[in-house]
Amino acid sequence: MAGSGLLGRVRTARFPLAAPSWPTSVDRPDPERKVGLDYDHEWSRRYPVRLARAVVMDNVTRPAARLLAPATVRGLEHLQHVEGPVIFAANHASHIDTPLLLTTLPVEFRHRTIVAAASDYFFDRTWKSVLWSFALAAIPIERSKVNRKSADTAAELVEDGWNLVIFPEGGRSPDGWTQPFRGGAAYLARRTGRPVVPVYLHGTRHVLPKVSEAGARAPGGSGTESRRGGRLRRSPIAVLFGAPMTPDEGENAHRFSDRVEAAVATLSREVHSDWWQARRSVSAVAPVEGAETAHRGPEASAWRRAWALDEPPARRGEKEWPD
Amino acid sequence: MSRRPGFVLEVDKSTPPTLFWNGEGFTLETLPEGSRVIYAPEPMKAVEDPYRAIRHALLHPLGDRDPLPALLRPGMKLTICFDDVSLPLPPMEPPDIRQMVIETVLDMAAEAGVDDVVLVAALALHRRMTEEELRHALGDRVYDAFAPHGLLTQHDAEDPDNLIHLGQTDQGEDVEINKRAATSDLLVYVNINLVSMDGGHKSVATGLASYRSLRHHHNPQTMRHSKSFMDQPSSELHSSNWRMGRLIAESGVKIFQIETTLNNDTFPPNFQFLQKREWEWTLRDRAMFAASSTALAKTPPRLARQVFQSIKSPHALTSVQAGEVEAVHAETTSNVWAQQGVDVEGQTDILTMGLPYICPYNVNSIMNPILVACLGLGYFFNMYRGRPLVREGGVVIMRHPTRPEFHPGHHPSYIDFYEQVLTQTLDPVQMHKEFEESFATDPWYVHLYRTGHAYHGVHPFYMWYWCAHALAHVGRVVVVGGDPTAVRRLGFSPASSLDDALEIASDVVGPSPTLTHMHNPPIFMSDVH
Repeated sequence: MAGSGLLGRVRTARFPLAAPSWPTSVDRPDPERKVGLDYDHEWSRRYPVRLARAVVMDNVTRPAARLLAPATVRGLEHLQHVEGPVIFAANHASHIDTPLLLTTLPVEFRHRTIVAAASDYFFDRTWKSVLWSFALAAIPIERSKVNRKSADTAAELVEDGWNLVIFPEGGRSPDGWTQPFRGGAAYLARRTGRPVVPVYLHGTRHVLPKVSEAGARAPGGSGTESRRGGRLRRSPIAVLFGAPMTPDEGENAHRFSDRVEAAVATLSREVHSDWWQARRSVSAVAPVEGAETAHRGPEASAWRRAWALDEPPARRGEKEWPD
Repeated sequence: MSRRPGFVLEVDKSTPPTLFWNGEGFTLETLPEGSRVIYAPEPMKAVEDPYRAIRHALLHPLGDRDPLPALLRPGMKLTICFDDVSLPLPPMEPPDIRQMVIETVLDMAAEAGVDDVVLVAALALHRRMTEEELRHALGDRVYDAFAPHGLLTQHDAEDPDNLIHLGQTDQGEDVEINKRAATSDLLVYVNINLVSMDGGHKSVATGLASYRSLRHHHNPQTMRHSKSFMDQPSSELHSSNWRMGRLIAESGVKIFQIETTLNNDTFPPNFQFLQKREWEWTLRDRAMFAASSTALAKTPPRLARQVFQSIKSPHALTSVQAGEVEAVHAETTSNVWAQQGVDVEGQTDILTMGLPYICPYNVNSIMNPILVACLGLGYFFNMYRGRPLVREGGVVIMRHPTRPEFHPGHHPSYIDFYEQVLTQTLDPVQMHKEFEESFATDPWYVHLYRTGHAYHGVHPFYMWYWCAHALAHVGRVVVVGGDPTAVRRLGFSPASSLDDALEIASDVVGPSPTLTHMHNPPIFMSDVH
């Protein structure tokens, strides 16, 4: 065949028609890798790219998210009177959190929001960097240590009018319970003077569970390894937005971060009760014992933590069978 | 309309043809006038709120047991064992009753602060369950709370490190069971008592036992003296299990038994005609029968198998009992009989049965010829109390395609049993003596059982022993519509039609025999007077 002949000739072509071979006696310099924190994502905020992202977001991502994870959204009214960029600080249990959160945002926020994404996970390959920069307007953030460059970039973008989604836990929860919040969101709020909007995402880990090392352990016999982890499943979710918060006079980032975490915890209690009950539980006058740390889960064995996490609200306080 | 009890129909000229199951399909057969057809009682009313009923049972135990919450305390070791994929049949629509019971037990354990909890699938020598099957039985909530931490296990009868020998009964029977279960402060066993054979001391003494222990009652002698193994007082299988169970209790193993009964609402709405009396079929029923039987006749067997195996039964909970093993089991057995018992006057010369696509050992799998024999002569034949439905020396006519097909992953030793043992002998006693040991200890079968999803190497022998009572009792077994080579390999006579089968049977029972047909499933138990 002519094609295969041509292909064959191209394959067998030699220098200078083909690229030169590298002499073995000469060390190869490390390739310059523009990934991770060094990735240049500026292109993803140019107008043509923003337009393309908005088209994909509104016509593909959003309908798909509605189908996959029918969402109950509460608290959007808090965003109505906010002017300028805000920092959305949410709990994090699944990779699906980001698209689900973005698609529930009002349109005036949705297309002008960037996402702080772990540089070591989402930006470790060029193709991943391109994909997430385009699809989610993600920017790389160093999560394992304090990094001035990533903090500066995020702060500049917020000051430039971009809303920011950040997951202050620093990664997905290993067991579904909220991990302690790190200070990144609070630091950015103090530095930029923009408010933090606490967000609680409920049920997303059922839509796309985290594949943990423990999750791969088989309940006996080969072939019984968990195949559910990492696979999409249809499941309803809830997204709760809290009132925007700003740091008090003289309040440092650490204390403000604790307040943001407490606000997210209060939203988590709203899922199983209502706004009033959730707030009463942390009332200064008659607080419910352990309410402030309830979102971190009980100090107990792994199964009891998992059990308490998924307790169906309908069966709580069930009465005994009448005699 | 109140629930109707079981019914014995006498066939006359006006009787419409009778439904016969035929593997992954069904057909209508015209039975000779004067034949009897036994229909199961209609489904009992389900309990309205299963979770409440379960909670009530756990708080009001039977026999010498405290309520479950009183047995739970922080720092204790709790093991919850449950029946495997062989129950119920067909698998029930979610939520499975095991899920409901175990969730309630775990709610109480969590409330009491019990940290050391392990779940064990009581497999005995059955195959390991897949993740999908475990999720179906236990629900995602239980699976996700336990499996990722290695706390959901499946009993391994070949794991010397997790077996404990508790002693010997006064009959010299070894009692060796799951070590984790035996050394726990409390062993909660969750049963589904689909038939009266299930539950009681058999749950732990069989479900959690090793081959060394099981061989004392899973053998031809015991099975021949179990008349029937569905009737505990007349079952040597159960006598042995009861001796073992009492020894387990004397060894200090504290068991909290939970037994559940289901009604016999077996098929989903579109297939309700399968459990109706034929003369009561509506236009819709007849249309469904015509459409489904025509479609199935043209469907490749592999696809038809997938369709049938996907059926989920609307079984509903009719009772739940908890507490001390024997007290619980007595109550449960009486509830099983209330659903399944049918009074039948006298035996019959010929017993006919249509065998369906499923038995306890081919869930999500293939019904191979050995399982066909086991379903007909092991299970259906033994569904009696008092006397067998068929007289001694009578004929059993079964309808099933009996294809020589095997699931190589689930039933590897069955293939060798079919090729190497059944070609040498059909006598359970002889095969027990000459072949069982080599299959039971074959390292490859042990490996497949422990690491894959294979039944234990010895399992096909047990299936044949299950038929031992029937093989000794009946004069001939005829299979209608079965693969002739496979049917002959089993030692049975092949026939292409029911008329041919009756002709063959006349050699044994004479020209004018009595005939009784078991319209099963739904399951029923004959009380033969």
